[in-house]
Amino acid sequence: MAKTDALQGSLDLLVLKILSRRPRLHGYAIMVAIADASGEVLRAEEGSLYPALYRMEEAGWIRAEWIKKDTGRRARVYELTPAGKKQLGAEESRWQSVSLAINRVLREA
Amino acid sequence: MSLWSRISNAVFGERLNREIDEELQSHIEEAIASGRDPNEARRALGSALRVREASYRIRAAGWLESLLSDVSFGWRQLCRNKLASVAAVLSLALGIGSCVAAFRLIDALLWRPLPISGSSNLYVLSFKMTGFDGKPLEDGHWSTPEFMVMRDAVKEQADLIAISDADRTDITWSSDDEMEKAHVAYVSGNMFPLFGLEPVLGRLLTPADDRGPGLDPYAVLSWDYWNHRFGRDAHVVGRSLHIGEQTYEIIGIGPRDFTGTEKGTVTDIFVPVSMNRFASQDSWNWHRTFVMLKPDVNPAADLEPLRQHLSAVSRAFKVECSACFRGMPQTDIDRFLNQNLILHPAGAGISELQKDYRRLLGMLGLLVALVLLIACVNVANMLTAQAAARAHEMALRISIGAGRRRLVQLILAQSALLALLSSVLGAFFAAWSAPFVLSLINPPDNPARLALPADWRVLLFGFGLIISVFVLLGLVPALRASAVRPVAALKGGEDPHSPRRLMRGAIGLQVAFCFLLLFLSSLFVASFERLQNRPLGFSTDRLLLLETVAGKGQLPVVWNQTAEALRAIPGVDSVAISGWPLLGRIRINSDISIHGAPPSPTPGWWLNVSPGWMSTMKIPIVSGRDFRADDASPGAAIVNQTFVKTFFPGQDPIGRTFERGTSQPINKIVGVTADVPYDDLREPSPAVFYVPFDEIDDKSVPKVVDFATFAIHTNAQNPLALANSLRQLIAQRHNGLRVSNITTQLDLLRDQTIRERLIAMLAAFFAVVALLLAGIGLYAVLNYSVLQRRREIGIRMAIGSTRAGIVRIVTEDVFRMIALGGCAGVALGFGAARYVESFFYQVKATDADMIASPTCAILITALVATLPAVLRALRTDPTEILRTE
Repeated sequence: MAKTDALQGSLDLLVLKILSRRPRLHGYAIMVAIADASGEVLRAEEGSLYPALYRMEEAGWIRAEWIKKDTGRRARVYELTPAGKKQLGAEESRWQSVSLAINRVLREA
Repeated sequence: MSLWSRISNAVFGERLNREIDEELQSHIEEAIASGRDPNEARRALGSALRVREASYRIRAAGWLESLLSDVSFGWRQLCRNKLASVAAVLSLALGIGSCVAAFRLIDALLWRPLPISGSSNLYVLSFKMTGFDGKPLEDGHWSTPEFMVMRDAVKEQADLIAISDADRTDITWSSDDEMEKAHVAYVSGNMFPLFGLEPVLGRLLTPADDRGPGLDPYAVLSWDYWNHRFGRDAHVVGRSLHIGEQTYEIIGIGPRDFTGTEKGTVTDIFVPVSMNRFASQDSWNWHRTFVMLKPDVNPAADLEPLRQHLSAVSRAFKVECSACFRGMPQTDIDRFLNQNLILHPAGAGISELQKDYRRLLGMLGLLVALVLLIACVNVANMLTAQAAARAHEMALRISIGAGRRRLVQLILAQSALLALLSSVLGAFFAAWSAPFVLSLINPPDNPARLALPADWRVLLFGFGLIISVFVLLGLVPALRASAVRPVAALKGGEDPHSPRRLMRGAIGLQVAFCFLLLFLSSLFVASFERLQNRPLGFSTDRLLLLETVAGKGQLPVVWNQTAEALRAIPGVDSVAISGWPLLGRIRINSDISIHGAPPSPTPGWWLNVSPGWMSTMKIPIVSGRDFRADDASPGAAIVNQTFVKTFFPGQDPIGRTFERGTSQPINKIVGVTADVPYDDLREPSPAVFYVPFDEIDDKSVPKVVDFATFAIHTNAQNPLALANSLRQLIAQRHNGLRVSNITTQLDLLRDQTIRERLIAMLAAFFAVVALLLAGIGLYAVLNYSVLQRRREIGIRMAIGSTRAGIVRIVTEDVFRMIALGGCAGVALGFGAARYVESFFYQVKATDADMIASPTCAILITALVATLPAVLRALRTDPTEILRTE
């Protein structure tokens, strides 16, 4: 596999969350949305975004569609599938419990 | 994305790559549109190639893609060596097709269960006893009264079913003139219900139809007969049908698949056992006895007690039976009482055809398996040579990081392609050849018929065969190729002898198989030829035979008048009458007693003939005279030379007398003829006596004759040309005689050798194919070896090796392998020949010429096959070789 990055593990959660709020975004817009929503703190590494998208598409969480843009070029837009919604729930609760646990560790130290 | 989309992505890999590129491009454009520096945006995305690779791997099924590329690579490899590939595919196709065809025949005749319920619980009852000639014999025919006693005795554990053989019988549907043949089987009424069969139309026979002689004149047609004779006309039910003097009413049509229990014969008409005139006779064994175990009976534990019970009942019946052994000496009675009953599984049906052809089909299976093995070895050799030629390429692939698994896959793909292509061709061959061989099994006017469906059994076998061919072909070369050590190979070749060693071993194997095939086929062919050319002692030339019946029987004078009328037809040379034809598969024996002594241990075989029959058949009379018109039976007799040797050794037989059993009328020998085959071409002529066709009873009143055969010697080359006019002449006389069957003496002779002809033909065919394949294989191996040793040969020539020396080093190993393979083949051949000894006629496996001819054939093939390679070696130009080094 390609090399890991800082967001590994949480990239899926972020992409799913963004798509659940705003369906039918293309790859660049997803990246921008992640940056905006996190106040420019989190940046998905552009090189690993697309393999991640394809992997999630393969897993059936999101589906893709080609649309024509105003410029005449085609763009590939993504949206959540029902399975993706379920996955988002699971990832969210997993994230909650993990961050709770980490916070607890930090407090006790 | 589903597996399907991944597969389609793999197949359309180019399109997928374009899509990924397009998406990445649109990403960069968006970045630029939002005001970022183009170079920075591209850098941020990273190497486009790497992203694309990573993405591609996710979106396409990688294994499939590599498989596809391997298959197309394998295809290109095959196309590169077109001639070799076509030869490989054709030889494999022939091998696979023959194997599948042989399997279809063997399965259909011997293994496939009957389409009935409870076929696994069905057994057939037979008995073993000592024959009059002292040899053990087994028979499965029973008399109806004995059957009924046994049926009642074991009715708690099993149901007994009587089924006669489906004999080809004369039947008429309307007027007597339109006689036709159909296979009629007599069955007990419980057969249809016990087999769980349902009628297509009307009703089937039931146990209520077993009441007694003449009481239930009902007939059921098989679906097959209804289909081809009546085109499935529903009005057939209710029509009447005549068999002999009896009229039957058609009551129903049997189920579609059921064609009786006699594999190889399709039963047309089923009638009740009780309607047969033999059904009331205590000592007339005429139908088989099937045993259907009750569902709760456990075959493993209860079969033996059941058999013993049946044995006891059968013995008691025979002891009781007053008519069974009338006039027999005590030793013969003991033979009959000491019968040993046997239960054979009969779920796959039972027939004489199975008995006759079991070993032949086994032999056929061996022959085709050998051909397939030879073809496989050939193709594996070809692949090994190609792989060895690619050792460099393999080494390079491994050293730049190709997985060994991938290399194995590369080579297996090629052998899979070969297996697949040849199995498609082979399937066509099998579809044609199985019915073709089947059509050769019986005489043309009564062909063997078997259902040969291409169902899951055949498919499964074919699939297994393809897999094993594929493994045989590909595995060894693939493993060899992947075991390449890159360093050694790239340095200029590792051990150059190792692929050749393998290939030489294969040559040895091939020669062994080929020798075995040739050896067996030379035995079969010689056997057939000797049988075919056996001196007959009579002439089959221009002899037409009219097998004629007279319903209630007609006096000899009527028969003689008919013969006289036939003589008047232009083109007829001479006409004579006999009870039945020679070699017509009919044999009837009779006790021989001399001067009132008890009958001799060996019986005599007889035939009733008219005056002039000997001369029509061209059987020489050695001494004495032919019958005269005033001779009658009993009275005069003509005997053959074996008869004289057996009963009157060292005496002049003319004028001596014998009786046909104790206290029978006396027959006086008036003439002696040469020995001729009686009913079976394979057996030495038995002791035969001929009696006059005119038979009288003890008050000198002529007896009626209900069947006989007119032997007609014609002037025309083809005796059948006269057949129709003669048949019409007999019909027009309206004297009660009807022609039942027309044949020629030559056809009867040919029918005797059908089995031998078939196996000789097939064996010769496969032997030629095997020889051809072995020759091609030898040529390829030697050619490869010379190519590979070009350097060595060049150097040897340069340092002064003689031409003979070069020839020796090129061919020495191969001929050693041929010798080794030949020896193995002889050993295998002796083993196999023992198994089929019963097919041989005056041929022994140890005959010198039986071993010599295959040896010669292989040696000649080897010489021809090695010649091109040897010439190539001799033409090697040392200077050219050394310059390129």
